[in-house]
Amino acid sequence: MDKTVNQKAWFLVAPVFLVVAFSAVLPLMTVVNYSMQDTFGNNQFFWNGVGWFKELLDPSTDLGGRFLASLGRNLFFSLVILAIEVPLGIVVALSMPRQGWTVAACLVILALPLLIPWNVVGTIWQIFGRPDIGLLGYVLNAIGIDYNYVSNDIDAWVTVIVMDVWHWTSLVALLCYAGLKSIPEAYYQAAQIDGASRWAVFKAIQLPKMNRVLLIAVLLRFMDSFMIYTEPFVVTGGGPGNSTTFVSIELVKIALGQFDLGKAAALSLVYNLIILIVCWIFYTVMTNAGVERKVQAESEPALDFKASAGLKPVPALKPKEGVA
Amino acid sequence: MARIDLVDLAHSYGGNDAPQDSFALKPVTMTWRQGGAYALLGPSGCGKTTLLNVISGIITPSRGRILFDGDDITPLSTQKRNIAQVFQFPVIYDTMTVGQNLAFPLKNRGVPRAEIDKRVAEIGRLLDLEPYLNRKATRLTADAKQKISLGRGLVRSDVAAVLFDEPLTVIDPELKWQLRSKLKALHRELDLTMIYVTHDQTEALTFADTVVVMHDGRVVQSGTPAELFDKPAHTFVGYFIGSPGMNILPAEVRGREARIGGHVIALNRSYDSLPAGAKIEIGVRPEFVDAVTPAPGLLTAKIDRIDDLGRIRFARVRVGDAKLAARSPAGFTSSDGTAGLKFDPSHVHVYADSLLVEGAA
Repeated sequence: MDKTVNQKAWFLVAPVFLVVAFSAVLPLMTVVNYSMQDTFGNNQFFWNGVGWFKELLDPSTDLGGRFLASLGRNLFFSLVILAIEVPLGIVVALSMPRQGWTVAACLVILALPLLIPWNVVGTIWQIFGRPDIGLLGYVLNAIGIDYNYVSNDIDAWVTVIVMDVWHWTSLVALLCYAGLKSIPEAYYQAAQIDGASRWAVFKAIQLPKMNRVLLIAVLLRFMDSFMIYTEPFVVTGGGPGNSTTFVSIELVKIALGQFDLGKAAALSLVYNLIILIVCWIFYTVMTNAGVERKVQAESEPALDFKASAGLKPVPALKPKEGVA
Repeated sequence: MARIDLVDLAHSYGGNDAPQDSFALKPVTMTWRQGGAYALLGPSGCGKTTLLNVISGIITPSRGRILFDGDDITPLSTQKRNIAQVFQFPVIYDTMTVGQNLAFPLKNRGVPRAEIDKRVAEIGRLLDLEPYLNRKATRLTADAKQKISLGRGLVRSDVAAVLFDEPLTVIDPELKWQLRSKLKALHRELDLTMIYVTHDQTEALTFADTVVVMHDGRVVQSGTPAELFDKPAHTFVGYFIGSPGMNILPAEVRGREARIGGHVIALNRSYDSLPAGAKIEIGVRPEFVDAVTPAPGLLTAKIDRIDDLGRIRFARVRVGDAKLAARSPAGFTSSDGTAGLKFDPSHVHVYADSLLVEGAA
């Protein structure tokens, strides 16, 4: 049968095309355009080709040095908070109650930090940590610990990390809790019968059953922390010096502080690309983890038995009516 | 390996103060012999899984004691009880291979490596899992997974009993037979006490040498399949076991006679001291009632239909409001839709308030 050729159908796609063009393609292409040019204001542009990109990836230049340093700081930050939040989230999820009113109470308490806007979180910790009026800063100094996030690099880092852990561990914990709740009771009973210790139960049942939600948690937390801006900016403003200047803070400094649109555009594109690549890697890992298992299950006609011997409910013996 | 005694055991999910009618498991005292193959049979919600979980220690009974070889183990946790249990849905440890799954209960108990390997190899052989010991367990089908669960129950040589909680629910019917015969063979080979919970009488009667029938939280009868068939201790047993179930008819019983309406049915034994005020019924299996051409002296019944099961025909008849099934001999046809019922007196039982009454000779 011949298909009817009717190009009018393209008109149906037009609205979506327009929306996407104005919301994504045009802004992105503007950035691409900037990244190839230099400007000194007055809407005057000079062609620069891939010059900014070359500079960006060359640590000996000012731009490259700043970008790579902030990238390094950012990666280190992400790794540290993942290393703290993931195990901590698991521990919190494991120690949460399974039933009763305490469940609801725990969920609300855990959800609270997640509901606070980023800049409010930043402000809370900015004040909390101040040595003169902040509860934390004042108490620490009072008991003899010299703590000042404004002047000391390490103090600033500790503050930013603790703040992120405080803000986002709940997310990991809630995800893990959902994963834990989905494990049927029979698994725990079987493990009891098999004489498994608490640790063995965790290793053999809970961790494997949680691995999907954990992947999601790691992805979300990595992306979020890699793109972090507001909280450290409010608390430390990227300082002392440049010690807590992450990529997005550096980007804003270049774009709005120095008004170097070309450099900022090139940095944005590379930043964006890194995030896309990491996302893609995670996505591939996640989907493959599922697909691989399925393919293997199908390719083996499982143990000489009929492959259809899946989870088919067997009709129960019909209860007889009118039993005395 | 042990003898298991239940002493005045009961469990209520609502605590001991709840009215006894609401107990999931009503007080029971009984003994499970070492090496026996038991089936715990009853409809859904009759308390059989509760009883099983009480024995395995997943539930602590609210009353009574459990003895293994005379030792009170009621307060002990599941881990310390030396019990194996197989659940309705296969439980396997995803990250482990089949072999590691089988070794898990032994590893947790600190059995030496060489001993573990020996046991795993042996159980793998018994369950035909040998070729798969090194494969990941997640990839297998439901019945193979259930075999692994089974294997984890059997791998410990010292278990007091292996409990099965409707283990064949998720298995295809044709494989059910295979696995059930396998279980039976394993029972003979390993000399273990096995308790098998099911609501399927065929499963129970083919697997077990002793069938324990539960009804409404109570153990109503425990006996061989033949005993359950010939002499049901409770009208429920008569009705639940056998297909079609036992006929139960309200009757007036005096001496060696049962009266239904105006009709008299002869009894083999004499029932003189029936409890006063009790609900008296007679029970007789359809196999021992013949539907024949109406004749004087026979109880007359209206025929609803005749079921031809091939080997045997059952007439579904009605006496007053009561529905009965009766054997219908080959060649029997009814001209006016009625039949006479001929009872075999030696198989007519008398029940008072649903419980069997033993008559005097």
